[in-house]
Amino acid sequence: MCSRFLTEVAALAATAVLLSACNKGGHAPAAEVADQSQPAVIDTALTPGLGYSLTTTDPRAAAYYDNPEAVNTGKRLFNQYNCSGCHSNGGGGMGPDLMDSTWIYGGRLEQIHQTLVEGRPNGMPAWGGKIPDQQLWQIAAYVRSLSLPETLSAETGNTPSQSPAPVPKSVDQDAGWSPPGEVTSDYTSTTKAPP
Amino acid sequence: MRTFAATLILSAVPLVGFAQTMPSPVPDNEVFSREEIGHALAPPTPEAGKTMPSVANAPEDDGQWTMPSKNYASTRFSSLNEITPANVKNLKTDFTFSLAVNKGQEAAPIVADNTMYVVTAYPNYVYALDLTKPGAPLKWSFAPGPAPASQGEACCDVVNRGGSVSNGKYIFNTLDGQTIALDVKTGKAIWRTQLANINKGETMTMAPTVAKGRVYVGNSGGEMGVRGWIVALDENTGKLLWRAYSTGPDADVLIGSEFKPHYPTEQGKDLGVSTWPPQAWKIGGGSVWGWVTYDQELDSMYYGTGNPGPWNADQRPGDNKWTAGIFARDPATGAARWHYSISPHDEHDYDGINEQILLDMPFAGKMQKVLIHMDRDGYVYVIERTTGTVLSADPFGPVNSSKGVDLATGRLIRNPAKETKLGQTVTNICPTASGSKDWNPSSFSPNTGFLYIPHENMCMDWMNMQVNYIAGTPYVGAQLHMKPGPGGHRGELTAWDPVQRRPAWTIKENFPVWSGSMVTGGDVVFYGTMDGWFKAVNAKTGDLLWKAKVDSGIISQPISYKGPDGHQYIAVLSGVGGWSGAVVSGPVDPRDGTAALGMVNTMSDLPKYTTAGGTLYVFSLPH
Repeated sequence: MCSRFLTEVAALAATAVLLSACNKGGHAPAAEVADQSQPAVIDTALTPGLGYSLTTTDPRAAAYYDNPEAVNTGKRLFNQYNCSGCHSNGGGGMGPDLMDSTWIYGGRLEQIHQTLVEGRPNGMPAWGGKIPDQQLWQIAAYVRSLSLPETLSAETGNTPSQSPAPVPKSVDQDAGWSPPGEVTSDYTSTTKAPP
Repeated sequence: MRTFAATLILSAVPLVGFAQTMPSPVPDNEVFSREEIGHALAPPTPEAGKTMPSVANAPEDDGQWTMPSKNYASTRFSSLNEITPANVKNLKTDFTFSLAVNKGQEAAPIVADNTMYVVTAYPNYVYALDLTKPGAPLKWSFAPGPAPASQGEACCDVVNRGGSVSNGKYIFNTLDGQTIALDVKTGKAIWRTQLANINKGETMTMAPTVAKGRVYVGNSGGEMGVRGWIVALDENTGKLLWRAYSTGPDADVLIGSEFKPHYPTEQGKDLGVSTWPPQAWKIGGGSVWGWVTYDQELDSMYYGTGNPGPWNADQRPGDNKWTAGIFARDPATGAARWHYSISPHDEHDYDGINEQILLDMPFAGKMQKVLIHMDRDGYVYVIERTTGTVLSADPFGPVNSSKGVDLATGRLIRNPAKETKLGQTVTNICPTASGSKDWNPSSFSPNTGFLYIPHENMCMDWMNMQVNYIAGTPYVGAQLHMKPGPGGHRGELTAWDPVQRRPAWTIKENFPVWSGSMVTGGDVVFYGTMDGWFKAVNAKTGDLLWKAKVDSGIISQPISYKGPDGHQYIAVLSGVGGWSGAVVSGPVDPRDGTAALGMVNTMSDLPKYTTAGGTLYVFSLPH
């Protein structure tokens, strides 16, 4: 069921990409030009086919990996800006929980930063231009840390995330989604036949 | 495929497997006994008369259920008596209807002219079902399309507590702050009035009260630093007639020459300003998200105001008027008549918004016109409603946050040992923040003279934290961990004798009872549990007579009505959620005890018992 679900998501994404391509009416898309003055669009890795990824990365994220100060400062800011009012100590409430592997808008550090900057339609405020960008990165680093096994295992009580672990660069190397090993590119079959 | 399935089951285990262990219940000796802290101005005088609602407030039952409270007296008593303790065991499901929304369903189904109306949690769909046809097919539905961002402004799930039918209109609120009147024949909007502003944290979750051509509604958002208000709208046009704020200058609160509060502490100029630090009243809460009660007999109205904000009371020294109290007002002008501060300078999130039941009751040797209010702070308040004088206040659940109500001054006697503190965790405070009882309404039977109080048995640990006001974000400033009260069970249904000031019987429930109760002329009480049982008990004894398992936990308001065929029907919505059920219906992780404002600490096992849902169930005897 899990594999099938993910496969269907991939199929939907593939359809969406094709549809959006169709909407361009046959014109070749303009070549993407890196413009440092514009915020980069952070794609997910949901792509048609299996061989490559459209994922882009934000170079500004690099400084906040493997950075204990970033997550500790982020924890303090997370409370000061009332993030904890909705997301508690990662367990959620008015807003979603942040300590599991489910991410509505992407769970890489740069995607979390983008969510903080832009806001999201179901009640997440847009903080871009209201909170200094460095602080948004620090908050994003703390949020990224909440679901790390190292952060979760540091607490034994009922108030998690009080000792956030720095975010290793390696955890975001995975582009966000990769097909489970047993899946073939034939979407009508989701698994290998049982032995 | 078998191998594959087994793998999946293993991988699914963590979904519920990592729930925390349940915190230990608060020891029995940490709370006061009823005898220690219950007070009355005079001893019981039951011989002075029978406790009843007046005919004006509870007219003869026509078999319909046109407002959530059944009648203006708010008895939630149906005189129908086809269903009895002897035959209730034969109840069968007559029809069901999926609400297509898997969030907490708190509304009462409404029945008028052989049509049933149901409003759901966000996105607040309204359905009209034709009861004259087999299976009650859909007549029309209405999707108001509230702003999606309102979901992020609602403190405790995206609930709606119901609508009312009046003069050919179904009137309800949306989460994003609209009051809407639909034509019951067509399902088309006659008017819609935008009242709340989600950018300031305001939402609307309460059920409107409609009386004498006016619609009374108020805002939610006591956890978001809103300024509470109630408004009256013209029933025919939706036009604003008056607005009364819960904080601020007398002119804004509509306090004028008619204001005659009983207690000296309620008297003085602009107390809604002077009982706050400078400007704090502007973001001080006192939202009006509960029950507004119209008094047809005295042409008056009563409602409770919500908690002061922020929860961190260290940031708002003073009595914080007019939050966590009860107002009586002139329904035509909104002019305040009296106010009673239930929890002055509230430190524990004890909103005053619970229901008022209007009765004539024997007290001190004569019949008195009373308002009975079961508060979050744990007391049954019997209040003489022409003056706002408290006649008695007795605990119906475990209490140690206070030591009773001083009936000479009307003031709650706070227990210093359980006052909340900045940066310091105060443990085992009872009742918990959601109270001995939250919004879910009680019922009253004139047959037994008992109130049927659906409530909680929970306590909490609380630490205050400094919080900044940022518009549209939570303004709470407290970290909570809730826990079961003495005995370890988290809920109760108590049959309370208001004259004798004691329980007649009590049923213990594993989970907090978050549904309303409803009682019938056949002496059967109906209520639902969060683990998905709909139950019928004997109104005189509390004996369990019947129960049915439904698809999800129940936190709504059961009703009873006479169908087109003349038979008695019982209706209720399933769909767990709300504050207590957010761990199932919301995006909440049970590993964080502080999640959902500390509720998750004591509800982390709920996902093992129920899943989210949302279905209308209608039951009747075979016929």
